[in-house]
Amino acid sequence: MTDILELVKSQKLTYEQKVLSLAHAAEDTLDVLHIPEKTQYYFEQKAIDNLFEGNAPYRPRYILPDYDKFIKEGSNFLQIDPPKDLDELLYALMILYRHVPSITSFPVYLGNLDKMIDPFLEGYSDEEVKKKLKLFLNYIDRTITDSFCHANLGPEDTRAGRLILGVEKELQNAVPNFTFKYDPDITSDEIAELALYTSLFCANPAMCNHKLNMDTYSTDYGIASCYNILPIGGGAYTLSRLVLPNMAKLAKNIDHFFDTILPECLQAMGGYMNERIRFLVEESGFFESSFLVKEGLIHKDRFIGMFGIVGLAECTNILMEDEGKRYGQDEEANDLADKIMHTINDYVNTFPAKYSPISHGRFMIHAQVGMDYDKGITAGVRIPIGEEPKNLSDHLRHSARFHKLITTGCGDIFPMEITARNNTSAMLDIVKGAFNLGVKYLSFYEENGDLVRITGYLVKRSEMEKYKKGEVVLQNTTHLGTSNYENNNLKDRKVRRI
Amino acid sequence: MIKAPVRRIIPHSLVDGPGNRTAIFLQGCNLRCAYCHNPETQKIYTDNSSTEIEWMTAKEVFEEVEKNIPFIRGITLSGGECTLYPEFLTELFTLVQKAGLSCVIDTNGSIDLSKYPELMEVCTGVMLDVKAWDEKKFKRLTGGSNEVVKKNLKYLADVNKLEEIRIVCIEDEVDTEDILKGIKTAIGDKIKTTKLRLIKFRNHGVIGRLKDANSPSDEYMNGLKEMALKIGFEKIIIS
Repeated sequence: MTDILELVKSQKLTYEQKVLSLAHAAEDTLDVLHIPEKTQYYFEQKAIDNLFEGNAPYRPRYILPDYDKFIKEGSNFLQIDPPKDLDELLYALMILYRHVPSITSFPVYLGNLDKMIDPFLEGYSDEEVKKKLKLFLNYIDRTITDSFCHANLGPEDTRAGRLILGVEKELQNAVPNFTFKYDPDITSDEIAELALYTSLFCANPAMCNHKLNMDTYSTDYGIASCYNILPIGGGAYTLSRLVLPNMAKLAKNIDHFFDTILPECLQAMGGYMNERIRFLVEESGFFESSFLVKEGLIHKDRFIGMFGIVGLAECTNILMEDEGKRYGQDEEANDLADKIMHTINDYVNTFPAKYSPISHGRFMIHAQVGMDYDKGITAGVRIPIGEEPKNLSDHLRHSARFHKLITTGCGDIFPMEITARNNTSAMLDIVKGAFNLGVKYLSFYEENGDLVRITGYLVKRSEMEKYKKGEVVLQNTTHLGTSNYENNNLKDRKVRRI
Repeated sequence: MIKAPVRRIIPHSLVDGPGNRTAIFLQGCNLRCAYCHNPETQKIYTDNSSTEIEWMTAKEVFEEVEKNIPFIRGITLSGGECTLYPEFLTELFTLVQKAGLSCVIDTNGSIDLSKYPELMEVCTGVMLDVKAWDEKKFKRLTGGSNEVVKKNLKYLADVNKLEEIRIVCIEDEVDTEDILKGIKTAIGDKIKTTKLRLIKFRNHGVIGRLKDANSPSDEYMNGLKEMALKIGFEKIIIS
C-alpha cells in the first residue's frame, strides 16, 4: 500500500497521471489469469515480459477504429451526425478520440488524417484550413498526453496531406506521431520529399513501406503507437515480449539455448498471451459493452496478439561471447541471429492463437522497441548504438534482412546532419533504395532538434530537462523517454553525415 | 586498367550533385586556389610515396560504388581535379553507366574536355567552377589561366552536358557580376535552364592566402541572386 500512497502524494505526476497509475495499481490487486509455474519462472527471470499490461485485461492494448465508417455514419452512442463540413468533422473526431481506449487509456490511432480531411476542404483557403488544423492538432497534443498516439498520411499526394505537413513543421508537437505510407507507384516524389523535409524539423513523419505492409491483413492496415502494423477496425489484444538477452543469460551454451530455453520461453509466452486474450474476450465484457463494437467501428475478429521480441543484438552477442563475434558486424553473428528469428517464426507459424481469425489463428511477430527500465537491451532487431556500420548502405542492408520476418511492426531510426535539409531528393533516394531491398519502416530526425525519437515515440529534450529537475510535465511519455534516453545512450546514435 | 590516385570515397553524399551520390575524390590539382578548402588534395603524386592515397583501377572503384546500390542515384567525381585522369574517368563511367547510374564530374574546368569525346559520351553532366572572369583576377586567385574554362563553358553548353555552374563568392576577390554577364555571353539562353550555384565562401579548412578572409553576408549573397535573376538565370541556389 506504500506504493499507492506514494502515487497519491507524488509531486512529479499530474492529476491525470495519478488517476491512471492508481487504476493500474487497483487492477494489479487482482489475480485472474492462470499462469503455469514454468511461465512464472520465466517471468521471474525476466526472460519474458508482459510490459506491465496489468493483471486483468479489460480493453485491447491497441484499437484502430474504422474512422471512415464513423465519418460516413456518425455515432448513435455519442449522438453525432455524419459531419457535413470541416468544422463538424474535426469536432466529431475530437469527441470520438476521447472514447477510444487502449493500454495507455489514450487513443493510439487517429486515422489516415489526410484522406479523412481532404474531402472536406473545398471552399476553404489554405490559410483557413491551416488555422483549423492548428487548433485541432494542438488540442490533440495537449489532451492526449501520451506520445504512443499515431496518425497516418498517404500514400496519395493530397492537399490535406501537404497542409498537415506544413502545420506540423510549425507546431513542433510531440503528439501525435505521424507516419507517411510511401509507395513509389502512388506517392509523388514531391510530397515524399516534403514529408522527409518536415521530418528534419520536427522528427515527423516517419516513412512506412506501403507496398510491403499493405497486404498484411485482408483489411486495410494502420500504423498505431510505436510502429505497429494493425488491421483497421480492430487492433491488438495484447503484446508480450521475449527478452532475448535475458534468455541467453539462462543458457549454458548455444545448444542449450536452442534446445531448451528458446522453446520453453516461446511456449510460455504463447500460452500466456492466449490466457490474456481468453480473459479479455470471454470474461472482461469489453466486446459486449463497448459502443465501438456495437456501432461496427471495431470487430472482435480483427484483433491479433503481438508476439514481441527485443534485444536480438545482445542475445546474439552473449551467445557468441567466446568467439567474440558481434551482431551487425560479423556475418557469423548475423547468421546466428537469423537462425534465432527463424526459430521464433517457425513457432509462431504453428502455435494456435486464440480468437485471431484476421491473422489466420496465429500470433504476429513484433520488433518491440524497448521499455524505460531496459538497460543494455537494444530495440527489436536494431544494431546497438555505438556499433552501427560506418557505411549507411551496410546498415540498411542489415535492416532489410532482419525486418523480413517481422510482420507487425519493425523500424529503424537515423539522426541526420542538418545539411540533409538542402537535399531531400537524396534522402528520398535512400528511402527508395531501402524499401526496394525490404526495409519496412524508417524514421529520421535532425540531430540537434528539440524533438527526439526515443524508441518509436517522440519526446522533447526541453521537457526531459524539466522532468529531470523534478518538475511536473504534461506528457507521461516524457517520464519513459528520460530514463530510456539515458539508459540506452540515445544521444550517441550514429548521426548520418552524408 | 589504368590506376588513379584516390584520396577518399564518400559512400553517401548529399552535397555533390543531384540526389544521393557516392562521391570519389581524386588526388592532385593543377590549380592552387587561395580559398581551396581541401588543400590536402592538391599535391600531384606519380608514385606510391603517400599512404594517404590509394591507387585504384576503375574496376576497384566501381566495386566500392556497387556497395551503395540501390541507395544512390549516381556518382560524382571530384578532387583535386579529377579531369587530370580522363582515361580513368572514361573506364569508370562506362562501368557505372552499365549499372544504370549517372556520372557527374565536378571540375575547375582547366582541362579542355572537348578533347575527350569518349569521356563526354559516358558522362551525364559536368559541374563547372567559374572562379573569376577577368584573367588577372583568375590568375591571382588560382595561379592559372581561365582561357580553357571559358572554352569548356561554351563546349559543355553546346553538347548539353552543363549540369551546374558554380561560383564561390567573396567580395572584392571574385568578380561575380562579370562572371554572370560573361556566362550569358558565352552560353546565351541556356542560362535559363542551367543550374547556378552561388557558394558562400567559408574559411573552413582553408590554408591559402584567404584563410582569414570573412564570409560574405547574407545580404551580399541575396544581392548576387537578384543580379543573376536580372541577367536571366532562373535556377539559382545559394549554398
